[in-house]
Amino acid sequence: MNIRIALAGNPNSGKTTLFNALTGSNQYTGNWPGVTVEKKEGKLKGYGKGETTVTVVDLPGIYSLSPYTLEEVVSRKYLLEEKPEAIVNIVDGTNLERNLYLTTQLKETGIPMVTAVNMMDLVRKNKEELNLAQMEKDLGCPVVEISALKEEGIDRLIETAVSVAKKAEPSHRLVFDEKLESVISAIEKKLGGLLPQNNPDWYAIKVFERDEKVVEQLCLTASLKQEIDAYISSVEKEYDDDSESIITSARYHQIETMIHDCYVKRNRQSDSISDRIDRVVTNRILALPIFALVMFLVYYVSVTTVGSILTDFVNDTLFGEWILPSASAALESIGCAEWLNGLVVEGIIGGVGAVLGFVPQIFVLYLFLAVLEDCGYMARIAFIMDRIFRRFGLSGKSFIPMLIGTGCGVPAIMASRTIEQDRDRRMTIMTTTFIPCSAKLPIIALIAGALFDGAAWVAPSAYFTGIVAIVTSGIILKKTRLFAGDPSPFVMELPDYHIPSVKNVFHSVWERGSSFVKKAGTIILLSTIIVWFMQAFGFENGVFTMVEDMNNSILAMAGNCIAWIFTPLGWGDWKAAAAAVTGLVAKENVVGTFGVLYGFGEVAEDGMELWGTLSSEFTAFSGFSFLVFNLLCAPCFAAMGAIAREMNSAMWFWIAIGYQTLLAYACSLCIYQVGTWITTGVFTLGTVIAGIAIIGFIYLLIRPERKVA
Amino acid sequence: MKTLKEVTCGSTVNVVRIHGEGAVRRRIMDMGITKHTEIYVRKVAPLGDPIEVTVRGYELSLRQSDCEMIEVE
Repeated sequence: MNIRIALAGNPNSGKTTLFNALTGSNQYTGNWPGVTVEKKEGKLKGYGKGETTVTVVDLPGIYSLSPYTLEEVVSRKYLLEEKPEAIVNIVDGTNLERNLYLTTQLKETGIPMVTAVNMMDLVRKNKEELNLAQMEKDLGCPVVEISALKEEGIDRLIETAVSVAKKAEPSHRLVFDEKLESVISAIEKKLGGLLPQNNPDWYAIKVFERDEKVVEQLCLTASLKQEIDAYISSVEKEYDDDSESIITSARYHQIETMIHDCYVKRNRQSDSISDRIDRVVTNRILALPIFALVMFLVYYVSVTTVGSILTDFVNDTLFGEWILPSASAALESIGCAEWLNGLVVEGIIGGVGAVLGFVPQIFVLYLFLAVLEDCGYMARIAFIMDRIFRRFGLSGKSFIPMLIGTGCGVPAIMASRTIEQDRDRRMTIMTTTFIPCSAKLPIIALIAGALFDGAAWVAPSAYFTGIVAIVTSGIILKKTRLFAGDPSPFVMELPDYHIPSVKNVFHSVWERGSSFVKKAGTIILLSTIIVWFMQAFGFENGVFTMVEDMNNSILAMAGNCIAWIFTPLGWGDWKAAAAAVTGLVAKENVVGTFGVLYGFGEVAEDGMELWGTLSSEFTAFSGFSFLVFNLLCAPCFAAMGAIAREMNSAMWFWIAIGYQTLLAYACSLCIYQVGTWITTGVFTLGTVIAGIAIIGFIYLLIRPERKVA
Repeated sequence: MKTLKEVTCGSTVNVVRIHGEGAVRRRIMDMGITKHTEIYVRKVAPLGDPIEVTVRGYELSLRQSDCEMIEVE
């Protein structure tokens, strides 16, 4: 027999900690069918094997079972359609009133339930008391005191949950006042046999709330719908309120009564530790400097010091000096063919190495993010920065990915995980890589040195371009149909600060970090091998072979084929096109490819040897156009892999990559065409197209926001 | 009509009604801001928006634009 237990509770109620305590390391993560919401399952401790197995399904952290957010819809769909054998409802004992609001709705589903009051250690520390027996009586289900963090009460909770599931007695909802109850039974009577027999109340309440999803599901006839509507309107008039408010108020009223019954509140001192921290951290004057300091620390440690030391070690020493040469020597010693040696060593091991090099940075960064999230500061970041970012359709939390993006786009994209709203997160993922990452610096140095005499303004202009690209993209995208729809509510809880638990932090770092490593092993690896193959093989003297001269490679041929695309941008030479393609493996390759293609072999990081040649091949505007294209276009494969992982949808992945490349192309086109026109006076078709692009861009920027019906 | 937006820091008010519609309104109510609830306006973010309030014993952050939907007295 397999029993399924759903774990439901508010965000910040300790749900993740409890899930880990209930299942141990026995977990698997996936996604809810059809949506990007993460689904976690695990086998209940002690019930992994044997006669009765128990699976714990971790529902998303939610405040309500409303039909509006994806998480809530996913949760209620699971509860009503899959009908798990029991619900474990976790509530935060230090914030009972708001937490029990979800409880009242979970009770309405009729599924057998046990309520776990978490953080009882803190409740006792605050010298507050909870009358468990009274609460059980009021709620009509077993209540267990626990502390998920200290793993207290977990065994009892497991025992109770399993026995509740086995008994399979449906739970009863809490009753409203007489008047409202009569309204609900009146609706039930009107709907008659249309309501599902096992749980008519839930549906009747939803119909009263005018819950569109349920009304649709019931397929009411037009006349019946009208009758019900008229009835609800008459009730609304009587209450002088709308039905959704009536029910919400009634639920909170039930809770107030219950808490009055069973909870002994002590007058809390007005300044708890959390209040005192907040007085400094979100202080009007100090908040921004403190925020800057925290961000500097995160950046400094995870990107410039510890992170880059570890990454350089993996890239240069571990792979560059140890693994690659020894693998090459080993293959040579067993008489392996040269091409196979190249494929294995440079293509596969080198390719994976380039990606794995990011792993230390990612883990260090995730460590910080997990600590910031777990201690409660992350919510304050959103609080402090919201004002600025929501103007461009982003979230206050978007600041972190953008900052990290100046170091590396891969962890930056992964840092977007902390943004709850789907829309804000997608927008952040799409725009973060516009910020020049450290691998793009050599390209900037090359162009600045070769074409602008090393002028000091080139590098800042690259960052400026990135920031402008983010801001304008935000404004443009938020007006498109893709991002239209109801504005995501920013009604956010500011949870109490607490010391992060070591276990939680490591769990989260491991879970997030390892998913990137898995990605590195699949799609990123494949793409890298293909580009390596293209640059290493080709036709020399009429035979297909491993080429000595990169000019003969498939990449050169491909470069020739696609070069015309870039002619309007001012760099239609196949060498530049090929360099941009190798930039997909890693952006710093662009400079190296130029070196090889112009016959210099190995070049310095800023490509100093090339400056003379390049200045004769490029003009100032074609050079800057090349720079801007490489800054804004699709990032490297590793970052694309991160985008694919975080978007978790092929469609959104291609939208992101397509948008980035299109924007890069349009910007480069305008820079080259307009620049050339102004300096030389040559007016061509390209100038016209650039003009149209600029006008179109301005239109997209200033057009009025879509009105949502 | 007085809304939560006009309430100064450090004062306590009572909710009269929630205006508006849809997801944001429901979320505001789900978070415990319902008729007759007491709201204490705690502080304003450094850049003037959002604000932090205490409601039903916990801290909540609300945008000024959403505060306009909350009628208080």
